[in-house]
Amino acid sequence: MSAGTLEERPAAVAPPAAPSGARQVWRRLRARKSALIAAAVLALLVVLALAAPLLGALEGQDVGAYHDGLVDSARGGVPIGSYGGVSGDHWLGVEPGTGRDLFVRLLYGARVSLAVAAGATLVQVFIGVAVGLAAGLGNRLVDSALSHLSDVMVALPMLVFAIGVTAVVPSSFPRPVLLVFVIGLLAWGGTARIVRAQTLTLKRLDYVAAARLGGASRLRIARRELLPALAAPVITYAAILLPTNIVTEAGMSFLGVGVTPPTPSWGQMLSTATTWFRADPMYVLLPALLLFTTVLAFTVLGDGLRTALDPRAASRLRVGRTGRAARRRKRGTPA
Amino acid sequence: MRGYLLRRAIGAVIVLFALSLVIYALFYVAPGDPARLACGPRCNPEQIRQVREQLSLGDPVYVQYWHFLQGLAAGHDYSTGTGVLHCDAPCFGLSYQNDQQVTDLITQRLPVTASLALGAMVLWLLLGVGSGLLSALRRGGTTERVLTWLTLAGTATPVFIIGLLLLMLFCAYLGWLPFPSYVALTEDPEQWAWNLLLPWTALALIESAKYARLTRSSMLETLAEDHIRTFRAYGVAERSIVGRHALRGALPPVIALTALDLGSMFGNAVLTETLFGLPGLGQLLVHATRTVDLPVVVGVVLVTGAAVVIANIVADLLYAVADRRVALA
Repeated sequence: MSAGTLEERPAAVAPPAAPSGARQVWRRLRARKSALIAAAVLALLVVLALAAPLLGALEGQDVGAYHDGLVDSARGGVPIGSYGGVSGDHWLGVEPGTGRDLFVRLLYGARVSLAVAAGATLVQVFIGVAVGLAAGLGNRLVDSALSHLSDVMVALPMLVFAIGVTAVVPSSFPRPVLLVFVIGLLAWGGTARIVRAQTLTLKRLDYVAAARLGGASRLRIARRELLPALAAPVITYAAILLPTNIVTEAGMSFLGVGVTPPTPSWGQMLSTATTWFRADPMYVLLPALLLFTTVLAFTVLGDGLRTALDPRAASRLRVGRTGRAARRRKRGTPA
Repeated sequence: MRGYLLRRAIGAVIVLFALSLVIYALFYVAPGDPARLACGPRCNPEQIRQVREQLSLGDPVYVQYWHFLQGLAAGHDYSTGTGVLHCDAPCFGLSYQNDQQVTDLITQRLPVTASLALGAMVLWLLLGVGSGLLSALRRGGTTERVLTWLTLAGTATPVFIIGLLLLMLFCAYLGWLPFPSYVALTEDPEQWAWNLLLPWTALALIESAKYARLTRSSMLETLAEDHIRTFRAYGVAERSIVGRHALRGALPPVIALTALDLGSMFGNAVLTETLFGLPGLGQLLVHATRTVDLPVVVGVVLVTGAAVVIANIVADLLYAVADRRVALA
């Protein structure tokens, strides 16, 4: 598969950067202003999401309480007041139709979004590392089978499969948990490919050979020698997976096959908003802005993290072959 | 070349076979009564009994799967009690809820998704390749920085947000465009394009970010190659270097990616279709999922999977055709 060959090529870019100390990584990350801003935005978002019940109490509103008096039933349920019913009681206005408080619902939506994305990323990384290590250390048959499986997993239209799977799972099963596993189990292919490529490089290095000659078993080599060296590329890749998973969750909820009411989620709000955007644009803009900011911040932070963890191969993971071109430029080859 | 094709084709068949096996297992061995699931929530016991008979659910699972494969390859006859209902190959089964054959449902929706995907592709290639070239040629300047941030924003925006904003702006506030409702190309080409303009734009804005990045890096890489330096040394005009020689070297990955994206678009267009109310494959899938119409879900998932597998082969072929340095072996 051509996408695979593009990405697998960097396997030759050995040896991997010596596991740089956390302080060094932090220093390099700090040098990038955009990454710092993104990290700050995300930290704020996480705090807000964690403190959602507290902030709701502070505002004096409940996530599920209906306020029929705040929407204009004569006009089909448009919030009364300007900017979607913004007031001292409802800081960001209320939901059209139901009059539920938007501020609290957006915060609870952040909880769902972040938790599902983080959980799915963990599942992806776990499976990806296991499969990648097994492929990289196993014999030819194992490697070939697992590599093909990873390729297939990467190529499949993930969203379609995820939607399909939700059709068979009984609706009593808690949806956020289902989403974690559906997204996690379907999209580990990329991680597996990267881990395999790195493992193939690493296992040729002297220190791994030394461990093998010392009689270490494959499992021990994988755990003690390879895993620490894999941390950097895996963290970097996880930073790309996170925003993708957020978008997938939002997309599925938008389609009505993700998080189901009454649990609030951004995608679900945007889906409801499609019938309201003429009368109540705030109801579209707020969740859209939050979702966009979150995904953008994760993307920027991921970019920064990549540079900080492995400056030489910074652009290796990008689409295309920026990395080699960049290195060539640095060496002073005339362009 | 022929050997390569043959091997890839065999590989594709194996992958599709595995795919069908997994999907079949997932959907038909899943907990719950498959007949009840296939028939839908409004079925009475008599109908469910009939479905069970038609799907031969009394047989062991592998026999059922064999029937499913037979239907795909050679069609299938269903007894309806009074007569025989023939389902032509490739037969994905019957949608009891729609009272239609799944294959028919899918082929009805295909033109919509194809219209959406192909039109969007033209736009995203224009936008993405154009801006990618621009930023590769103006390296280090403000143009490049602006484009880098725009492409970043493009990758960070879910398609349904862009689509919603476009709808708000152009349909609700400015009133320049109608709310999209699909008109077949064969019916009225002008209305077809007019109604699809917004969905195309939404998809293209998202997709073009990826293409801008790829075009840029690929172009930069090609420009750094030795033969380009030789052209420069010989005094070949810069325009000819960029427009003819560098572009030729830079485009193969873009072409390959286009083929891959077109293949996955059959499934990935689901969000765009749902937002704009286009009756394509994705909408069919979402509807079937909500109503638990399993035969339709299986059919759509298999078809979209097949599209991806085929697109992969096409991408590799195109890559080899466009870049003669690549030898298929």
